[in-house]
Amino acid sequence: MWKILRDLLRYNWEFTAGVILLAGVAIVALLSFVSPYPPLDVYVVAPDLPPSMEHWLGTTSRGQDVFWQLSVAIRNTLAFGIVVALISRVIALAVGLFAGYAGGPVDRLLMSVNDTFIVVPIFPILVLFYFVMRDQMSWGLLALVAACLGWAYDARLIRSIALSLKTREFTAQSAFSGMNAGEIVTREHLPYVMPVVFTTTMNNMNWSIGLEVTLSVLGFTDVNTPTIGGMIYWANQHAALVSGIWWWIAAPVALVIAVFVALFLLAVSMNEYIDPRSRLARMGGG
Amino acid sequence: MGPILAVEGLKAYYQMRYFGTLREVRAVDDITLEIQRDEIYGLAGESSSGKSTLIKTIARAIRPPLNVVDGAVRFDFAGQGPRDIYTLSAPELAATRWRHLSYIMQGSMNVLNPVRRIQHSFVDFAFRHMDLPMPAFLRRVEEHLGHLSLRPDVLESFPHELSGGMRQRVTIALATVCRPDFIIADEPTTALDVVVQKGVLEMIRRLQREMGSSVLFVTHDMAVHANLTDRLGIMYAGRLVEEAPTRALFRQPLHPYTAHLIRSLPRIGDDTPRHGLEGRPPNLASPPPGCRFHPRCPLAMEVCQQTTPVMQELAPGHRVACHAAAQGILP
Amino acid sequence: MTVPLLELRSVGKTYAGGGLFSRRRVAAVKQVSFTLAAETPEVFAIIGESGSGKSSLARMVLGMSTASEGQVLFRGQDLAASRGRSARLDFMRQVQPIFQNPFEAFNPLTRVDRYLYATARNLTGAKNQSEAEAAADQALQQVGLSLTELRGRFPHELSGGQLQRAAIARALIPGPSLLVADEPVSMIDASLRMTIVNLFRELRDRLQVSILYITHDLATAYTISDRIVIMRQGEVVESGDARAVLAHPQHPYSIQLKNSVLSVEGAWNDDDDALAHGATRSTEGTRP
Repeated sequence: MWKILRDLLRYNWEFTAGVILLAGVAIVALLSFVSPYPPLDVYVVAPDLPPSMEHWLGTTSRGQDVFWQLSVAIRNTLAFGIVVALISRVIALAVGLFAGYAGGPVDRLLMSVNDTFIVVPIFPILVLFYFVMRDQMSWGLLALVAACLGWAYDARLIRSIALSLKTREFTAQSAFSGMNAGEIVTREHLPYVMPVVFTTTMNNMNWSIGLEVTLSVLGFTDVNTPTIGGMIYWANQHAALVSGIWWWIAAPVALVIAVFVALFLLAVSMNEYIDPRSRLARMGGG
Repeated sequence: MGPILAVEGLKAYYQMRYFGTLREVRAVDDITLEIQRDEIYGLAGESSSGKSTLIKTIARAIRPPLNVVDGAVRFDFAGQGPRDIYTLSAPELAATRWRHLSYIMQGSMNVLNPVRRIQHSFVDFAFRHMDLPMPAFLRRVEEHLGHLSLRPDVLESFPHELSGGMRQRVTIALATVCRPDFIIADEPTTALDVVVQKGVLEMIRRLQREMGSSVLFVTHDMAVHANLTDRLGIMYAGRLVEEAPTRALFRQPLHPYTAHLIRSLPRIGDDTPRHGLEGRPPNLASPPPGCRFHPRCPLAMEVCQQTTPVMQELAPGHRVACHAAAQGILP
Repeated sequence: MTVPLLELRSVGKTYAGGGLFSRRRVAAVKQVSFTLAAETPEVFAIIGESGSGKSSLARMVLGMSTASEGQVLFRGQDLAASRGRSARLDFMRQVQPIFQNPFEAFNPLTRVDRYLYATARNLTGAKNQSEAEAAADQALQQVGLSLTELRGRFPHELSGGQLQRAAIARALIPGPSLLVADEPVSMIDASLRMTIVNLFRELRDRLQVSILYITHDLATAYTISDRIVIMRQGEVVESGDARAVLAHPQHPYSIQLKNSVLSVEGAWNDDDDALAHGATRSTEGTRP
């Protein structure tokens, strides 16, 4: 395992760059636990100060230190993104693998549901959701709803791989070894599906973080919990760019871009590594 | 005139790096052979013998990670003198292909463009080599097809409208319409039914007799070699182990591997028991020292594990690379 | 008269083919009937070229697809009528497949021995890993391999011959009475082929297993078959005792088939060689 990581770090610059970027972001997020200022408090420091030795990224118009706010914000945003990605992966895998392997009426039913979810316009639904739930809206609930909306494309991808695997002879041999559908799908087919799952996880995280930022900037979420989108929302509320408090907007934007780039680089490099063909070639069988 | 093809000490290896591990697979390891004009030379061997890689290398149809590490491939097309194909420039190479050297690939019935009629494939591939105006070219094509017992209306068909055997004949017609001096055929009949295979092989034999071209015919099927080829070379694990006129080779093989290949084939009406060979072909990334066949060889001696045997001519036109054979021990 | 092991009654299989505008019905198998007795194990060969329907037939016998017409009966039970997982498992304890390409039959990313253990655990009474390993080892010994050779290996580390033998060992673990081998040696190198063909003969004699041997190779069928049917475009054109049929075929297609087989000895029988013999008025041409 460590050998794999070491090889990847040494020979794949995309992986190295991605790891470094993500490590930097993670450090910032972890530092949030030692923040000297309670994250939800306002007016704890002098407002509108530019970056300096004391306040590394300056302060906001609401009297908060930008850096420490940012650390909590990125932690919350990342957590949101991870939760959504995980839940939607599980749904996509379950639906895709099962529909692909079972075929027939089960497949048709699942794909009808799937296609409905693809066609549904996500953003208006989420906005509607906000307006309906209003005060009972919480981050957990939002994550769940986003996960339920984000699995459909990937389920189809996974299903197409499952369909092609079904016709391969080792599937028939597994069946004649007495394995049931569940065993075949998880032990035999899953390794072929993993590269797709991995890439789509990264994409999904990017998507969900983007979603969160969009919703928060527009004020459709609980803007008192610090998140990246929330910071930008408040910066807009206080017309930060116009007032010249550019560091308030620049910091969260730069950091979230770093997250996107890091996830993308990791997805690309890990994907090549996990791909069965390159695995086979490395093992010596290609 | 000299041989039409002279391969000297050819070595072609796959050299790959994956995440830091270097793998060198010695697919073609020091091959020397000659093919004369107007002969059908067969190349036999099993999977991982390197025969497909060898002919790809001869045709200069390779690209990295497969690289030529040593040796030369010299063709001598009429009156031009021997030239190493790897020294040709791109335009010279293009002029050589199809006109002097054509290549029938494995699974070539799938080579035809499925959305174009056969006639267009002929135009795409062969027209520019023949220096004829289009009507004359098409007439020549029809004539050629007639020679091969193909109806002219085949030109109007799409590939999927033809059976597998017909497509293979069309591919052969395509490869020979320019009457090349040298034809390389890589398992052209392997995927065909036995009945169809016979017809296609007859066609190849007739073509060769008429055109006087040389054919390098690669297949693992020893019965096909026995019925078609004039001379036969046997490959094992990237090396040439025996080479002789076909009849002499089958009558008295000198290398234990060849002997086994011939004697293990069952025949209808023959009840003598046949046996398989133990073990497996070596991994070409780390082949055994000395003779590569020694782990499976019934005649293996100590010297076989230490020194690689070289090809020696032990009978007229009959070369073998085997220590036992050199000492007169017959398999 | 005991219940036959396998009985096919006028079995047919039709596929709906054609494109968007022409729904064609392709009859892959038409009216095939034969019986394998239960008392005496035999090697029953089905000879056919591509398009003869032999693979469709194999799939029906294995229960992987259902017959469009007729019945496939295993020990008197119609395969189409059996339902449920336990019936299927019982069937798999009696009938096992051997596929054409051993490198496809095993998942390249999975170790080979896992299939053996899974078969032992699911289809025999093996309750834990050591019992499964014992069953696997015993089966491997039957085919001339051993568990120590195979343990932990991936498919690409073995030769085609070894891998196919491992597949046969896996099929033998539940103690089946019928093996359905679909072109089991066509993808194996010539030098390793006879080991497997001879193994089939041993399985019939030593383990009393019947084998449905499906192939296009007349020569290997000749060496081990007891009875033979020759199929062409879905129909049986000739059947009977293997030696008799192959020595003296009656049907024109069988004759043509036998004459087309190239052999080493036949190359120099006459001064003129086998390739120039006779007009091969081949059955090929443009598709209907």
